Amino acid sequence: MIATLIDYGAGNVTSVARALRRLGAEVRTTNQPEQITTSTCLILPGVGHCAALLNSLDAHGLRHPLITALSRGTPFLGICLGLQALYQTSAEAPDLQGLNLLHGHVEQLPHNVKLPHMGWNQLRPLRDCRLLSEIPADAYFYFAHSYAAPADGPTTAATCEHGREFTALLETERIFGVQFHPEKSGAAGAKILDNFLRLAA
Amino acid sequence: MSLAHRIIPCLDTDGSRVVKGVHFEGLRDAGDPVELAARYDAEGADELVVLDIAAARDNRPTFLETIRRVAEQLSIPLAAGGGIRSLEDARSVVRAGADKVTLNTAAVERPELIGELSREFGAQAVVLAIDAKRENESWQVRTRGGRVPTRWNALEWAQRGVEMGAGEILLTSVDRDGTQSGFDIPFSAAISRSVTVPVIASGGAKVPEHFVQIFAEGAADAALAASIFHDQLQSIRALKSYLQSRGVEVRLPC
Repeated sequence: MIATLIDYGAGNVTSVARALRRLGAEVRTTNQPEQITTSTCLILPGVGHCAALLNSLDAHGLRHPLITALSRGTPFLGICLGLQALYQTSAEAPDLQGLNLLHGHVEQLPHNVKLPHMGWNQLRPLRDCRLLSEIPADAYFYFAHSYAAPADGPTTAATCEHGREFTALLETERIFGVQFHPEKSGAAGAKILDNFLRLAA
Repeated sequence: MSLAHRIIPCLDTDGSRVVKGVHFEGLRDAGDPVELAARYDAEGADELVVLDIAAARDNRPTFLETIRRVAEQLSIPLAAGGGIRSLEDARSVVRAGADKVTLNTAAVERPELIGELSREFGAQAVVLAIDAKRENESWQVRTRGGRVPTRWNALEWAQRGVEMGAGEILLTSVDRDGTQSGFDIPFSAAISRSVTVPVIASGGAKVPEHFVQIFAEGAADAALAASIFHDQLQSIRALKSYLQSRGVEVRLPC
C-alpha cells in the first residue's frame, strides 16, 4: 500500500512523510487530482492558515476528487487543518466553504487562555478509539492551533480541553482526523500513524 | 488534563557545531548538534531550538544543512533561527525542516517582518526572541546577541510583536544568561502576564528548583536551557520527574 500525502504547500508535509517512512510506509506526495482519485490511502497534513489550505485545494482542483474519494470510502487521515477542513466552515476563513463532509463549524478557542494552544496535552476518549489502540491513556500529543472543531459531533472520538472542550480525534468507518500533530508527538504520535496505516491496509 | 509545561534544550551553533559562552561571549565547542538532538528527543525534550549565533551570510548553507540533519532525527517540534532577515530566509529554514522560525534583531530593525512570516506560515510558526537587560524597574531590549541597546522596553516590544503576529515569545535575560544563577523570575512573570501568547523563559538555569520557580512564580509556559543539558549536569528525564514530584504538570517520556 502507498500512502498518498496531499501536498498543498504546507510546512509539515516533509515531516509527516518522514514519520511515515520511519514506520516502513511507502509514501508519495502529490497535488494532482488524478493521483487522489486513484489513491487507496489519503493523508491531508496541514498547518498555518485555513484559507491557505482551502484556496490551494481549489487552485489545484483537488476539492472534488477529495470529496469523491472520501465519499467512496478511501481511508483518510486529516492532520490539524486537515481535520478542520472536513467541517462546513471555519471562522478562520469565513468566506470559504469547508469540504462539508462533517456537520459543524470550526471556531476560535476562547481568549481566557493563551493562544495558540501550543504544546503537549492529553486526550479524553469518548469511546473506544481505533487510532489510540495500544497507546497509554495518559499519553501526551503536540498541539499548535488557535481554532478547533466542536466537541459534540457524532464523529468525535476523543476531546481535549484548552479554554473549552474541542475535537482532538475523530473517527468514522474510514475517515480519521487528529487536531494534534502525530508527526511531532514522539512515540505516541508514531503509534497513531502506525495504527492508521494498519486500519487503511 | 491540561497543557504540560515544556522543557526545551537549545543548541547554539556556529552553523555546524554546538558552542557555548557566558553573556554571549567566550565561545567554546559543546558537541555535535545531530547527536545532541537525538539524545534530547529520546530523553523527553518537548521541543528543540537550534540557533545560528554567528549568523554570517556566507555560512547559511552550512546552517541549513544542520537544520536538515537535526530535523531528520526528531519526533518533536523544531524551532530554528539566528540571522533570519527576510521572508525568503525564513522559507529556507522551514523548507529545511523547522516547524517554527525565531526572529530577533531583524524584527527590531523591521517589525513588519513578523507579520510577513505570520501570514505565510501562521502565528504558531513565528517565535519572537527578545534579549533584554534589566534597567531599574524595567527591561531594555538588546539586539546583536545582547550587545546593542535599543529604544524598546521589553514589555512593550513583546505586546507589539504579538499584535504583529508572533505566536510565541522567547525571553532571554542577558543578565542571567550563562551564569547558572537562576531564571529572571520577575522578567518572565511581567511579560507572561501581559501577553496573550505562550512565553518561553531562558537564561540562568542550573538546578531543578530554578525550573519549579520559573513555572510557578515566573508564569512561563516553557523553559529553555543549554549548557546544563549539554554538560549532562542535568538530564531532562530526571528534571521532569522532579518537576512532577513538585506538582508541575510535565510530559514524562515513555
